[in-house]
Amino acid sequence: MAEKEIQVVQNIFDENDRIAFATQEKLGKMGVFVVNIMGAPGAGKTSSIINLIRQLSENKVYVIEGDIESDIDTVKLKELGIEAIQINTNGACHLDAPTIQSSLDGLSFDKPGLLFIENIGNLVCPAEFQIGEHIKMLICSAAEGSDKPYKYPLAFEKADVILLTKCDLKTYVDFNDEFFLKGVRALNKTAPVFEVNAKTGQGFEDVAGWLLQKKG
Amino acid sequence: MHEYPITEQIIKIASGKAKENNARSVTRITLVVGEQSGFIGESIQMYFDIISKGTLCEGAVLEMENIKAKWYCPDCNIHYTRQPFSFACPDCGNDGMPTNIGKEFYVKDIEIETE
Ligand SMILES: [Zn+2]
Repeated sequence: MAEKEIQVVQNIFDENDRIAFATQEKLGKMGVFVVNIMGAPGAGKTSSIINLIRQLSENKVYVIEGDIESDIDTVKLKELGIEAIQINTNGACHLDAPTIQSSLDGLSFDKPGLLFIENIGNLVCPAEFQIGEHIKMLICSAAEGSDKPYKYPLAFEKADVILLTKCDLKTYVDFNDEFFLKGVRALNKTAPVFEVNAKTGQGFEDVAGWLLQKKG
Repeated sequence: MHEYPITEQIIKIASGKAKENNARSVTRITLVVGEQSGFIGESIQMYFDIISKGTLCEGAVLEMENIKAKWYCPDCNIHYTRQPFSFACPDCGNDGMPTNIGKEFYVKDIEIETE
């Protein structure tokens, strides 16, 4: 019997990332642009998706709703005529690439368009796992406070676009624009920040325009 | 909770390497875990003890090398640890930039027992 040390140096995310890349490539070839939507619970992820779909009416849109439990959001989307499926993680705090890959059969993908994947409401783990997206959209509400970039830096660092929702509440919650943007820019030099209001639909036209340009 | 699938992955990586080397068992696994990787060593250990049962990794010691997150200031060319609610460089006061130091999450090496 002998003991031996063996160098490994293998990234634990490798398998997840390989599957994520396969999903991204497959959907990309079909002309489907995949948006991973991250944000805290109650930030306005579903409302933002609905507002965006209104603006993207010329395009086919698919939605995968990730939730720990329940299908409240999926029922809401289906009532609006949106092709959506539900994934329940039963306790897991984020979606991962294998979960998304195995759920793709639930959607028709009969036309090119956009796929929104609503990640689990949580600002930590969703930022760590690629799921097959082309871009990450971070939804952050003014009500959560302006210190979020400082508390959850990775989510802001990884975002390709940031939506600041519930902007009508800024004055009630003493939202500090300067502090928020300073934090965002320290972490992320390039992601555009759009101010939106899901109640009035304000600001979503610009986001939709940006998305379509990015989709190409 | 999210440590569960990741722990399965760690066992898969270590067992695969062990098999390649005709090991009878894995006696140690060293993980490098960055502070910003979002993974908690204790939690991985807890799952590891359960999931590794009946695998080549059963009974192996899990060693963690933790790495503190570092920021970089291009003006001063230094790496630093950020203070809460700030990204400022301790020398010049300007906001630096995030780096990959502290985001590591990989299996560094394993120790195996062969016949
Ligand atoms: Zn400096």
